[in-house]
Amino acid sequence: MTTLTIDGRQVEALRGSTVLEAARENHIEIPTLCYHEALEPYAGCRLCVVELVTPKGSQLVASCVYAAEDGLVVKTNSGIVQESRRMTVELLLAAAPKAKVIQDLAAEMGIEEPRVSLGDSDCILCGLCVRACKEIVGANAISLVNRGFAKEVKPPFEIGSNACTGCTTCVLVCPTGAIKLEDVLDSRSVHRWESDFEARECKICGDHYLAPEFAPDLKELLGEEEV
Amino acid sequence: MNSEQAFDASELADLLGDKQDGEDKSLMSILEDVQARYRYLPKDALILISEWMGVPLSQTYSVATFYNAFSLKPKGRHIINVCLGTACNVRGSRKVVERIADRLGIEPGETTQDGEFTLETLNCVGACALGPVAIIDGTHFGRVNAAGADKLLKKLGVEGRKE
Ligand code: SF4
Ligand code: FES
Ligand code: FES
Repeated sequence: MTTLTIDGRQVEALRGSTVLEAARENHIEIPTLCYHEALEPYAGCRLCVVELVTPKGSQLVASCVYAAEDGLVVKTNSGIVQESRRMTVELLLAAAPKAKVIQDLAAEMGIEEPRVSLGDSDCILCGLCVRACKEIVGANAISLVNRGFAKEVKPPFEIGSNACTGCTTCVLVCPTGAIKLEDVLDSRSVHRWESDFEARECKICGDHYLAPEFAPDLKELLGEEEV
Repeated sequence: MNSEQAFDASELADLLGDKQDGEDKSLMSILEDVQARYRYLPKDALILISEWMGVPLSQTYSVATFYNAFSLKPKGRHIINVCLGTACNVRGSRKVVERIADRLGIEPGETTQDGEFTLETLNCVGACALGPVAIIDGTHFGRVNAAGADKLLKKLGVEGRKE
């Protein structure tokens, strides 16, 4: 175990955990946007910053990637932490004013209008969809493309990717609801990636299922019998 | 006429084949070779490289769109870069960009129809004392004003407004 001090409390954490994990393990809340416990941390949103108190002075670090070491002294809600988070939320609101989570965070912090406008997106580029598609699904259908202000999440060449399986994990993991799913009886569309699928009707129960790509393998397995 | 180099898959096979023998098999260096050969990264090349390297296409596309050195659209035979960094900017580099854009009949970021020239801007190349700085095909020119830009273009064979 590792022992550290968070908000004046001595807490214990498993060796190898991050400051964020140590805090959450001990019921100390740190807000996050780009973190998901099932995915590799990305340290992209900077909402999870905490103050690290050292003999040489204080420092802001992203708790989702900072290793919880013995003797660390951490403050999760000090003045500079609040100030930094406020700026982060204001900038996120400036870039993605359509994202409900950001609107809510801004409202909580009393931010009405961001001082600048950096876009009108509903995506905060947290990369959760990309990491879920890669790490959980293994499809690698989408990625972060371009750089700086032009950065977006897209399938390759910005056209529907044949790597997309229509699993909708990205839809579930997206914190802003930016990825729209349309499921009607015999078709499924994941609009943001322009992924369209035809669903087949099961000859036995009449329900629709979405696995046309896998069907040939299934046929092979069943020796070309009707499936 | 567009001078877009036709992409030839067998040539790529040569390129990749060389790499297989050598030590260096990084995605970046392969993309650099292809960019140098075709002056852009043809879509089919990206697909083949991904397959060959076993890298998901989404990742190759991510890398190809991240770096300034790569382009998905064919670039001109001559690449003209003008610095719009703070120091060059206050010394009037915007005028230089406007003049070159006007002469070539393209906007920054574009390539002339005949595939001869690409005009680009960048932000500080670390030669601020020499500003405004223009870089043509890798050679730096300092203290460039609109008239100087005309002279540089003339050397490249552009007299007056192109087309
Ligand atoms: S689409 Fe959603 S999950 Fe993907 S980067 Fe944007 S906000 Fe994050
Ligand atoms: S949660 Fe740590 S940077 Fe986003
Ligand atoms: S601003 Fe142009 S070289 Fe620095």
